[in-house]
Amino acid sequence: MSAFTSRNENGFAVVTFDLPGSPVNTLGSAVSREFAALLDRLFRDGSVRAIVLMSGKPDNFIAGADIEEFARLDSEEEAATLSKEAEDVMDRVAASPKPIVAAIHGACLGGGFELALACQWRIATDHPKTQIGLPEIQLGIIPGAGGTQRLPRLVGARAALDMILAGKSEPGARALRLGMVDELVPNSILLEVALRAADRLATIGPGRRERRGGIAALLLDRNPIGRRVVYSQARKTVLARTGGNYPAPLAALDVVQTGLERGFRAGLRAEHEAFGKLAVSDVSHRLVEIFFATTALKKDDGVPPGTVGEVAPIRRIAVVGAGFMGAAIAGTAVLRARVEARLKDADLTRVGRGIRGALRILDERLKRRRISRPEHARLASLISGAADFSGFRRADLVIEAVFEDLQVKRDVLADVETMITADTIFATNTSTIPIADIAEGAQRPGNVLGMHFFSPVEKMPLLEVIPHAGTAPECVVRAVRFGRKMGKTVIVVADHPGFWVNRILLPYMNEAGLLLEEGVPIDLVDRVMTRFGFPVGPVTLLDEVGLDVGAKAGKVMHEKFGARLEPAGVLARMLDGGRQGRKNGKGFYRYADGKKQGVDESVYTLLGVTPREDAAPTMVQQRLVYAMLNEAAMAAGEGVVRSPRDGDIGAVFGIGFPAFRGGPLRMIDDMGASRVVQLLRSLEASHGERFRPADALVQMADNGERFYQGG
Amino acid sequence: MHGSRRVAIIAGLRTPFAKANTVLKAARGVDLARHVARELLYRTELEGHLVDEVIWGQVVPSPLVPNVAREVSLLPQFPPSVPAYTLNRACASGAQAVQNAADQIAVGHADIILAGGVESLSDVPVLHSRRMSGILVEASKARSLGARLRVLSKVRPRDLIPVSPAVAEPSTGESMGQSAEKMAKENHISREAQDRIALMSHQRATAAVADGRMTAEIAPWFGGSGMDEPVTTDNGIRSDTSLEKLAALQPVFDRRYGSVTAGNSSPLTDGAACVLLMAEDRARALGYQPLAFVRSYAVAAVDPGWQLLMGPALAVPRALARAGLSWGDIGVLEIHEAFAAQVLSNVQAWSSAEWASRLGLPGPVGEVDWERTNLMGGSIAVGHPFGATGCRIITSLANEMNRRDVQFGMLSICAQGGMGYAMILERT
Repeated sequence: MSAFTSRNENGFAVVTFDLPGSPVNTLGSAVSREFAALLDRLFRDGSVRAIVLMSGKPDNFIAGADIEEFARLDSEEEAATLSKEAEDVMDRVAASPKPIVAAIHGACLGGGFELALACQWRIATDHPKTQIGLPEIQLGIIPGAGGTQRLPRLVGARAALDMILAGKSEPGARALRLGMVDELVPNSILLEVALRAADRLATIGPGRRERRGGIAALLLDRNPIGRRVVYSQARKTVLARTGGNYPAPLAALDVVQTGLERGFRAGLRAEHEAFGKLAVSDVSHRLVEIFFATTALKKDDGVPPGTVGEVAPIRRIAVVGAGFMGAAIAGTAVLRARVEARLKDADLTRVGRGIRGALRILDERLKRRRISRPEHARLASLISGAADFSGFRRADLVIEAVFEDLQVKRDVLADVETMITADTIFATNTSTIPIADIAEGAQRPGNVLGMHFFSPVEKMPLLEVIPHAGTAPECVVRAVRFGRKMGKTVIVVADHPGFWVNRILLPYMNEAGLLLEEGVPIDLVDRVMTRFGFPVGPVTLLDEVGLDVGAKAGKVMHEKFGARLEPAGVLARMLDGGRQGRKNGKGFYRYADGKKQGVDESVYTLLGVTPREDAAPTMVQQRLVYAMLNEAAMAAGEGVVRSPRDGDIGAVFGIGFPAFRGGPLRMIDDMGASRVVQLLRSLEASHGERFRPADALVQMADNGERFYQGG
Repeated sequence: MHGSRRVAIIAGLRTPFAKANTVLKAARGVDLARHVARELLYRTELEGHLVDEVIWGQVVPSPLVPNVAREVSLLPQFPPSVPAYTLNRACASGAQAVQNAADQIAVGHADIILAGGVESLSDVPVLHSRRMSGILVEASKARSLGARLRVLSKVRPRDLIPVSPAVAEPSTGESMGQSAEKMAKENHISREAQDRIALMSHQRATAAVADGRMTAEIAPWFGGSGMDEPVTTDNGIRSDTSLEKLAALQPVFDRRYGSVTAGNSSPLTDGAACVLLMAEDRARALGYQPLAFVRSYAVAAVDPGWQLLMGPALAVPRALARAGLSWGDIGVLEIHEAFAAQVLSNVQAWSSAEWASRLGLPGPVGEVDWERTNLMGGSIAVGHPFGATGCRIITSLANEMNRRDVQFGMLSICAQGGMGYAMILERT
């Protein structure tokens, strides 16, 4: 079956791209060859005056290059060749003797946009599904097929770098404003307008494109001195964002610069060379693996396929506990899943605060023009609250976000159970308390599960769903699907203390505490981990989550795991000194007007240590990293996660484990278990038993096994 | 009732009532209406798709939201297929919405209707003068900047003075307060008698707040981001008022010989209220326990140039006659308190043989027993958002009928344009 069909409408060839057997259109080499052959035919066909290119998929133009194909690339040369081939097809489109109009509805990303860029005219629909951009950076590569060259020439260096370096995509209206497309129309008249444009182009040509951007564009985009400022600014931003751990954005910047300063051809050459290098780099491999893992998780309901039949979607939720967490859960659920959310707390003042907290999430989106004013009004009326359980019987899912205390949570469950239907799911948002303990004594324990959200809920991409042994699989599926509707990547993890994310985080945080007790400077502890690739270091993280929260989690974990996780004394001393972290403006760092300042030197006195100038950064980093890797191996061995994929995704999305390292389990595989065991043994010798290698790890080392089978 | 089906009142709810330009001033009328409607759905656990129609009363609509009822039925808690309209029977609009709902249900055109009313007197349209409007329209049609400026140069300072709608009769130019003042004089209602009505209103409302009867009828307002504490009670109720304090107030409409003061009149108020109505069989099938049923209603009108607020004198006997009941059957009575002078004028008219003959009635209607009347206070204390008051009164009446276990209750509302409204509810 062919991917392209062409029909002649009064002298215009309407080419429809509809990749067989796939929900979206992607560009692979076979498809490109077919397209090139079709173009040849149309160029020769005397009855064709112009060409309109559109998609046969609902709400999808072209999602990008075929990533599966791309992931199979073995060598730099092979990758460069692939890029060169794509480039050649685009060149033929760009040099077409007959005008080609791209009629874009739905996602137009990566290779799809590169193709559209090569066309003579671009028309996009105003539908929310129409998103246009070059997201290649997110996979550790740069746009190929001339994207780095055509986009800056169309929209200017600033806007192009903005898009390429962050890998972001734009909705139709913004794409029009930036000049990425020439016209914006409703989908209902897309083809009609495209045919009219084709006629105009074939008759009188495209005309001159209006120059955009006014004086700023003249000063910055359209003269070499101004562009130099743009490049150096972009470089600074990239370095600040990536810490130098991701080579692709810098390479993209160089390629754009080469093209604009030394010409289109030189730029194209630089593009496919850089593409070739990056495509086979470790960083890109890790990022592509993560991409595949997230894609796979979007189809994974958390139970073996076929376990349950049709399940009803969650249309309404209720949240008990209108505090910071409850409000953010409600607000995010309304914004992303568009469900009704009813907040309940003990008194109306708290309910009011919770409602306003949830509304602020919508206000933020309105301010950034991500939603319109009528949409905002509609979403806002989905948020309500009361000091009683009124409205709970309407809810399909009740999420409890009250104080982290077993008895309090049990009481809430008992109260809620009398107010809900037999089908309502009760989810507890706990970070450490075992779900089975909470479900014990419930009337309908099968409806109880854990949904562990991460703060701030509206920003954190991960959700852990935790069934206990008696949870009905239907409930798991409904909760997982709802989590995805909330925009989260959902992993289903076992009901073990700390679940997955906090389990592997805690020994790491504890090690940070021990380091501080030894007098290792606060900023050093943080710095070695941001160098490793974490967005923030462990001490900053403690300040962010709250020292009291950290201490409480530490206590629970200590009770469950014993001496290995005996909490460092640091937190207790800090809490005695009235320090709770950012929330009360007093932590390891100083805070002024809600902004983090430098290290609070008086902490050293409080802890009774003198900061050691001689602390070895390598050793500090090793202790922190291996504390986490060892725990991850141990928990994975206990079956806390269903697969190494889930474990690594949890670490990357839940705690910011550096994506270019792929996750803790991938990192162990990359190093080899035996090397990790070796390092742990030496840490054990110098720093105590807590570093004793996990049994699972030792076994893997002995048998030469890996977490990921077959690579 | 005239139709074949009995119409049940299932529940009623309102927002807190707040004096205009106070705690609810940031809210638009439509926000208050949507809030109370949504909250009623949650409290009754009713599925929005079961509602056949939404009817709302509003006296001074915002030009930006001319059909507030449709904005209510476009709440995401309803399917988009629920039709809705907004009506205006002046101060009886809320009651009129309930009546229209009851009629539709009685004849079988609907099973479940949400009727309500709203007013935001903090959100009234402020208009330009006709001359200014004319200039602006002309300017907007001008072809060039020069032409536009030439048109705009006609604007004089006095054209910039805005025109606000007044609470006055278009037919007579007389304000509501002036009418009340006129009625006090013609019917010889003393200042002290008026102040006693006001005092009773505040005392009874205070008691109803204290024992929770009032609070149960109010959906707290949580407001926007500028609000710290939710609004849970009406802010016009003065628990500390006294005859002395009321007596100290200056008359507003006739400073020398007048008796109508801010203390014995209802204030300009923001608020919304609604009532859920169902066909009796439908209510039973869905498991709802009706609070009361609509037994009868009547509307009457008199010449606005005469005693503007005397309509109830005619409406009440008509409603009684339609119900086949007599005054003595009524266990609880609710009289809307626009002005104490109006309340006492209506009371006088019902009880006197002279009034009966003047109005062409066979005899006096009856003597008001204050121990069975306005048991939770009235509009003077609670406030009077024009469109919402009817629903507030129906809800309180139905609840008091249940608490006192009486069979029949009646409400009376005077309205702009010389209209009077009465409705009789019954239990079982």
